[in-house]
Amino acid sequence: MKNKDSYGHVRGESLFVDDITVMQGTLHGLVFDASIAHGRIKNIDYSKAENLEGVVRIFTHLDIPGENQIGGIIQDEPLFAENEIHFMGQPIAFIVAESLAIAKKAKSLIEIEVANLPIITKAKEAFEKGLFTNAPRTFKKADVNEGFKKADYIFEGEAFTNGQEHLYLETQASYAYPLENGTIKIISSTQGPTAVQKTIANVLGVAMHSVELEVVRLGGGFGGKEDQATAWAAMTAVAVYHLHVPVKLVLERHDDIRMTGKRHPYHTFYKIGLNKDLKIIAFEADYLQNSGAAADLSPAIAERTLFHGTNSYYIENVRMTVHSCKTNLPPNTAFRGFGGPQGMFVIEAAIAKAAQELNIPAYKIQEANLLQEDDEFSYGQIAKNVLIQKVWNSAKTTFNFDKKSKEIDAFNAKNTALKKGISLMPITFGISFTNTPMNHARALVHIYQDGSVGVSTGAVEMGQSVNTKMLQVAAQSFGISSQNVKIETTNTTRVANTSPTAASTGADLNGKAVQLACTNLVDRLQRVAQEVLELENKSSISFYENYVYVNKKKTSLTWHKLVSEAFIRRVSLSENAHYATPEIHFDKKKEKGHPFAYHVYGTAITTVTLDCIRGTYEFDSVEIIHDFGKSMNLGIDIGQVEGALVQGLGWVTMEEIVYDDKGILRSNSLSGYKVPDVFAVPKIIKTIPFVSDGDDLAILKSKAVGEPPFMYAIGGYFALQNAIAAFNPRYNRKLDAPMTPEKTLLALYGE
Amino acid sequence: MIEFILNNKRIKSSAKSGMSLLHFIREEQGLKGTKSGCKEGDCGACTVLVGSLNKDNSISYQSITSCLTPLANVHAKHIVTIEGLNRPKELNVAQKAIKDNFATQCGFCTPGFVNSLSGLALQHKKVSKEDAINAISGNICRCTGYKSIEKAAEEVSNKLQNKDSTNELEWLVAEHFVPDYFKEIPEKLKQITSRGSDVEGVLVGGGTDLYVRHADTLLDQDIQQATHIVGHTIRVHDGVCTIDAGTRVTDLLNHKGFKSYFVKLPEFIKLISSEQIRNMATLAGNFVNASPIGDLSIFFLALDSTLHIKKANGDSRYVPLKSFFRTYKKVDLAEDEFIADLSFELDNNNHFNFEKVSKRTHLDIATVNTAIRIQLTNNVVYDVAISIGGVAAIPTYLHKTTRFLKGKELSVVVLIAAQEVLQSEITPISDVRGTAAYKRLLARQLFYAHFISLFPNQFQLKDFIA
Repeated sequence: MKNKDSYGHVRGESLFVDDITVMQGTLHGLVFDASIAHGRIKNIDYSKAENLEGVVRIFTHLDIPGENQIGGIIQDEPLFAENEIHFMGQPIAFIVAESLAIAKKAKSLIEIEVANLPIITKAKEAFEKGLFTNAPRTFKKADVNEGFKKADYIFEGEAFTNGQEHLYLETQASYAYPLENGTIKIISSTQGPTAVQKTIANVLGVAMHSVELEVVRLGGGFGGKEDQATAWAAMTAVAVYHLHVPVKLVLERHDDIRMTGKRHPYHTFYKIGLNKDLKIIAFEADYLQNSGAAADLSPAIAERTLFHGTNSYYIENVRMTVHSCKTNLPPNTAFRGFGGPQGMFVIEAAIAKAAQELNIPAYKIQEANLLQEDDEFSYGQIAKNVLIQKVWNSAKTTFNFDKKSKEIDAFNAKNTALKKGISLMPITFGISFTNTPMNHARALVHIYQDGSVGVSTGAVEMGQSVNTKMLQVAAQSFGISSQNVKIETTNTTRVANTSPTAASTGADLNGKAVQLACTNLVDRLQRVAQEVLELENKSSISFYENYVYVNKKKTSLTWHKLVSEAFIRRVSLSENAHYATPEIHFDKKKEKGHPFAYHVYGTAITTVTLDCIRGTYEFDSVEIIHDFGKSMNLGIDIGQVEGALVQGLGWVTMEEIVYDDKGILRSNSLSGYKVPDVFAVPKIIKTIPFVSDGDDLAILKSKAVGEPPFMYAIGGYFALQNAIAAFNPRYNRKLDAPMTPEKTLLALYGE
Repeated sequence: MIEFILNNKRIKSSAKSGMSLLHFIREEQGLKGTKSGCKEGDCGACTVLVGSLNKDNSISYQSITSCLTPLANVHAKHIVTIEGLNRPKELNVAQKAIKDNFATQCGFCTPGFVNSLSGLALQHKKVSKEDAINAISGNICRCTGYKSIEKAAEEVSNKLQNKDSTNELEWLVAEHFVPDYFKEIPEKLKQITSRGSDVEGVLVGGGTDLYVRHADTLLDQDIQQATHIVGHTIRVHDGVCTIDAGTRVTDLLNHKGFKSYFVKLPEFIKLISSEQIRNMATLAGNFVNASPIGDLSIFFLALDSTLHIKKANGDSRYVPLKSFFRTYKKVDLAEDEFIADLSFELDNNNHFNFEKVSKRTHLDIATVNTAIRIQLTNNVVYDVAISIGGVAAIPTYLHKTTRFLKGKELSVVVLIAAQEVLQSEITPISDVRGTAAYKRLLARQLFYAHFISLFPNQFQLKDFIA
């Protein structure tokens, strides 16, 4: 089945927040934000701006009826700056005017005086000064010092990964308007409707039931709208609270890039110990996570770095600590992989370093350490149904790795101006929110009396086609054709207390809830069918292709007729179901448990050609064996693999976030921050599903797919490193992503 | 009064001529299918088609980014948004190809892609798969990774192979590429008379640079259209090529005479912005913008081009392009002057090469770009001109390096020495596009790249590295 939204998408008829027909009298908002990264506010003069014709009101922290606080995990982030500015782009006030153009003019008339304070942009500097957003977290397994004592080889080094701008094509947006009795309705482009609702209730000092959140769809999220959509929605809600008229805020691209947090940059110090047989017996790492000026989701992201710090490898002795360093950057936030990519990059960097020192290809170390059945992860979970060795071997044989490697060696021996590189990248990614209490969802399923079906869940559609998957679950459960099923908007009055659509869990959690609701309805409808068809029992009844079947034989009773029979018999045609992932648990004190419902496995082989004259490169191919379980929609799932891979390749190659020493973002536009275009993607991307039984905790045994493939791109980074080394044998690998053409050329000709 | 046809609707608007087309479409007309993604021509979400009536009553359609297009520039044109491509209850060919190939995920960029691919179908030529990919070169998608979009584009180009070139529009309508109202557009466009230019306001060519920075301020202002005072043709006469100031980058590529002179022109042009921007950006716009890394400035500097500068009263003068750029963003052009055309000598003995490296190879601003024109007699440099961008405050003509090379026999030793002269003439600074050290290294590499590309049998990379 195709993405159910694609018909509207290709016709430009799908609605995003900015496309909703506005009500009469709608006002337009614009954020007045800090232009310095750290300082004390001495004085702000709004008078000229306020006096401009068409300006309705300018809201500041003084206008907040409840609490000036939007921090999710830790309450450390004001909606509007009060006395101190902590990052460039920090919201200070919200200008509401009759038009956006007027609001822009007003913004230029605001005069602010600040006293500058020292600015820290680098995690390492914050670490040295003891500035943190949260306490450090450490995962330990066995005794790492003992491990190093036993090691034949020990290598130490640093690895750096820069941040990444989400660049969802639709910028952050919110449209809020008053309903009756003090209720405010907000249409927001958020991945976490409940978080926005809860935060707004707190900011306004009202009950959650007075705030209705609605999400139609997102023009891309990638984690950037998990926590960071909240501020904009809250500002419009504050304005509506006071003005009682509709207020709309759609961030301009430059404002969005400047004001919102990004993927966390990490600066890591690692130490790896290996035996002569290449077994990694000890690994330790100190990850300095650049959290930015407030915690945002940093604590949870830090945790996932630790969960994936050893990637697909069994390592006997481990000690990994992540330090969430507080700097004067916008609070960094969720981004596809959620700290996982940063963690995996480090272990791969450590392996690459060891391989270079030992003068062997990195894949030999990777291969010697792949997880096996019943191995214990650093966090205590015992690996079950492990597929990593199988997918690794399958990738090597299916894509002729040995032959390709030899061809590349021969090519490199013959050519100077062009060099090729190859890499293998295994991934093992855990599925579930690592914060166990978040792993639940609800679905509300209505069968209307004409037989059509409406499904509401907490899942937010942002391009990943979760709505299509929900529709498939419902249609399959009822045995009806897909046009009979409609997936409703995500709305907090229909499905409450939801977890954000994140951590690749959207389809699993919400799909399982839909499945439960449908199962209960099916049960009731089977009873009705039993009566109508005058059968002894209902066990022989099934629904298929819009008909009732008995003992797998079609009857004359249609779905529509059955539903109307049920309605006449006063049988409930609605069902609300709740699903909570079984089996999972995690003890944050011991840092041990069983946090993941299951793991997703895969291996990618990447080849790259490097132009050694110009320092530019093209990826020839990325060939992937991926564990989809039993994919419920291979077209959609392959789209997730390709999209995640290319986004990941952007992260490790051309996407370079540049903050200057003053904490001012220099890569502040699409002309200064480049994401992959159609010419920048690998010439070949081949994704072959690994045939397996799937997992019972995955919806229809179809494993989660949103984030894991992002990390295949790390292989792209190391393939490029190998190509550089083929040209410049003196190249001392600096494992510092992204590998821009600049770093590449300097590496080709550097010492 | 600005008049044009928006999809199937005749528009007569008293909006200010400086208003961006995107603003007009979304805010004034309420057509929300065209998306606003970046307002700087870098994402393509706002792509629309602009159709211009030809003398033979056919219409030429091109894709443009509506965010950078002043309303003045669409007078008497056919503007097609996604709504104007929709067929009742059925998908057109590009839409179907995108749907069938899972080439849309979040959907925000999709209308732009549909427009670009429908624009491809409307080209009056046979299109290849490569053309189809080029057609979407200005469209950014953050979800799919493009592979599915490539498949969709290929499908569209495959279906276009059977196009009936004798009756293109009939065929496109019958095959469901565009709705049938397209057939009535030529007659409707003919009824719109040309519009006098506004007499005041900033002079705008394609708008591709000005609107990146000033779209907000121009929203409620009139502009003067450059197309009213300068032409847009390319002429070759007596060994001299003259290009009107209003010539767009795409026109360079489509001009047979110009193209035949530069064998690798399509490769060079592909490095310059995107299809949409090339359909808008003018030659003179790139010069007056005076960006130190202007691609066309670098290209034409190495051709020792001369600018023809005019005043409204008819006064005119000629300035070599290499003396036109004075200091950062300052050019030799008075307030009341404008560039009328550019000319340079054509000589088939010239070898020409253009190099550009940027963070992303396509649709990006150069870190360093450079061009060379060189003539050899028995391997001795008879004439040479080299330009380089991104290494000084202005697009730089390498006077010393060219002087050094003239009269010398080409050899590795000579080029290594010339490269050292080059280094003495550049003053790169560190910025978002790269550090000064990188730009120096890149300047060296691209200097060598000229000779490796032009004379592959004589020079190889390994000759230049110790």
